[in-house]
Amino acid sequence: MGLSKKNKEALTAPLFKDNPVTVQVLGICSALAVTNKLEPAIVMGLSVTIIVAMANVIISLIRNTIPNRIRIIVQLVVVAALVTLVSEVLKAYAYDVSVQLSVYIGLIITNCILMGRLEAFAMQNKPWPSFLDGIGNGLGYAMILVIVAFFREFFGTGALLGYQIIPQSVYDAGYMNNGLMLMTPAAFILIACIVWYQRAKDESLQEK
Amino acid sequence: MKFLRNYLNKIKPKFEEGGKLHAFRSLFDGFETFLFVPNDTAKNGVNIHDAIDSKRIMSIVVIALMPALLVGMYNIGLQNAIAAGVADTTSWFSMFLFGLMVTLPKIVVSYVVGLGIEFTVAQWKKEEIHEGFLVSGMIIPMIVPVGCPLWVLAVATAFAVIFAKEVFGGTGMNIVNVALIARAFIFFAYPSVISGDGVWVATESVMGFGADVTVDGYTCATALQHAANNVPLVGASADVLTTNDMLFGFMPGSIGETSVIAIAIGAVILLYTGVASWKTMFSVFAGGILMSVLFQHTLPDNPVAQIPAWQHLVLGGFCFGAVFMATDPVTSARTETGKYIYGLGIGAMAILIRVLNPGYPEGMMLAILLMNVTAPFIDYCVVQSNINARAKRLTKKN
Repeated sequence: MGLSKKNKEALTAPLFKDNPVTVQVLGICSALAVTNKLEPAIVMGLSVTIIVAMANVIISLIRNTIPNRIRIIVQLVVVAALVTLVSEVLKAYAYDVSVQLSVYIGLIITNCILMGRLEAFAMQNKPWPSFLDGIGNGLGYAMILVIVAFFREFFGTGALLGYQIIPQSVYDAGYMNNGLMLMTPAAFILIACIVWYQRAKDESLQEK
Repeated sequence: MKFLRNYLNKIKPKFEEGGKLHAFRSLFDGFETFLFVPNDTAKNGVNIHDAIDSKRIMSIVVIALMPALLVGMYNIGLQNAIAAGVADTTSWFSMFLFGLMVTLPKIVVSYVVGLGIEFTVAQWKKEEIHEGFLVSGMIIPMIVPVGCPLWVLAVATAFAVIFAKEVFGGTGMNIVNVALIARAFIFFAYPSVISGDGVWVATESVMGFGADVTVDGYTCATALQHAANNVPLVGASADVLTTNDMLFGFMPGSIGETSVIAIAIGAVILLYTGVASWKTMFSVFAGGILMSVLFQHTLPDNPVAQIPAWQHLVLGGFCFGAVFMATDPVTSARTETGKYIYGLGIGAMAILIRVLNPGYPEGMMLAILLMNVTAPFIDYCVVQSNINARAKRLTKKN
């Protein structure tokens, strides 16, 4: 892909160096709530990715016509419309997952990543870079969700995506599922571990 | 002693920079300072040292834990014999030996895992060995039921040492009690090994000691579980506990928590040597009594609330928590007034959880952890109010 250096940066920085969850510490709430199974985490990650990307494009297109004083309301309306769309699509085609995600799809509206990207990026940039930035941030968020959900589902239920991975013979030998992994504190601890790992690897992220 | 010192001096060069066994420097250092009070003095600044260092304090706590541990071992054998129906024909010594065989692996696992992590971290960060795990490693096996699998104990210990201690900066920097975090981890991650009524009695013989309980799925609830199920503790039912049982600790429960008398001996050692604060210990009991008297008069229909106050104090982990865990100098409040508030909070909260939360028959663990977290805040308030009072006094005089 022939991306310019700046566009490439907009796409890849949020994946690692500027990750919305582990570096900017945004969207923690939903990262805790929907990650006890892999499937809802993937759906949630994709939903956020689609909504951030589309909202970024729309806001970027009309950025010059939005009066500065009411820009937050305009952004909210766009996001709310998109969230409602995604929510309805999920209810129609993936009803079980949408039940599992319950209010958290609706609460994407309040996800700080969205407003943050709209304010910080889409209001100042053209549609194409805004789209890439949205995709990058959405995927950065989704990546953390999937990592956390992987560990939580694997150690909490011995399964991945609902398929039993740990065989019965291991359970017979005395192994037990870790119930703590299914509770929210486990997501906190896992996210903390990811932050720990990331900052240990990249010293520029460490606070002085 | 002289011989030991000479031997240590002889092998010391091997562990120093460039020596063959340099990789185990922290290990050697840890044992040397454990056996002998280190001889070196601070290199800079003005320092005030007590004659006793933290390794010696830790040793006193471990000694204070011994009576409770020994009685706990005997109690394991006793409960096993009762369950198998051979209590009349088994000697107390073989009961004790069985308890020893069951408990020893737990102690070994706890120490190997915990110290292993501590030594690794010390070696990696080129620091001195932290001695705090001497006590935690002894307490962890004492606050779990006898049926707790060793691998669960190992995972819980590793979790507690890494996430409750090392990430905060090691010994003396932890906010919450490490041993209780290990127990809390088991409690939430593997609830089936620490609650319910099938885990409190050992049902399999070990290397010829003890008896195999032939009844499938033998269950025996703790006193507090009975109370929650409205079974009278002292009365005509088959599960009665006599007052003596409660005081000496001959009842199902976590390994070291049952015997009030043994814990009292430990408490005397701790108070006499000044390692534990009598203010904290006293106010935990005071808080417990106040709260249980209050509930006894306000909640006539709640079976747990109707347990007399003194029984609340001798049952479950209340005594053990009050003596050995609430008084932990690192995690408790440090101001003198704060110690009273902190202790009262623990006692009251423990009874509150026991009585009002049907999901948790025992509340001591959660009460101590909660007050651990609030201890810095208590200290802050006490110090701040002192500053305010003095500022007021100053302005009044002028």
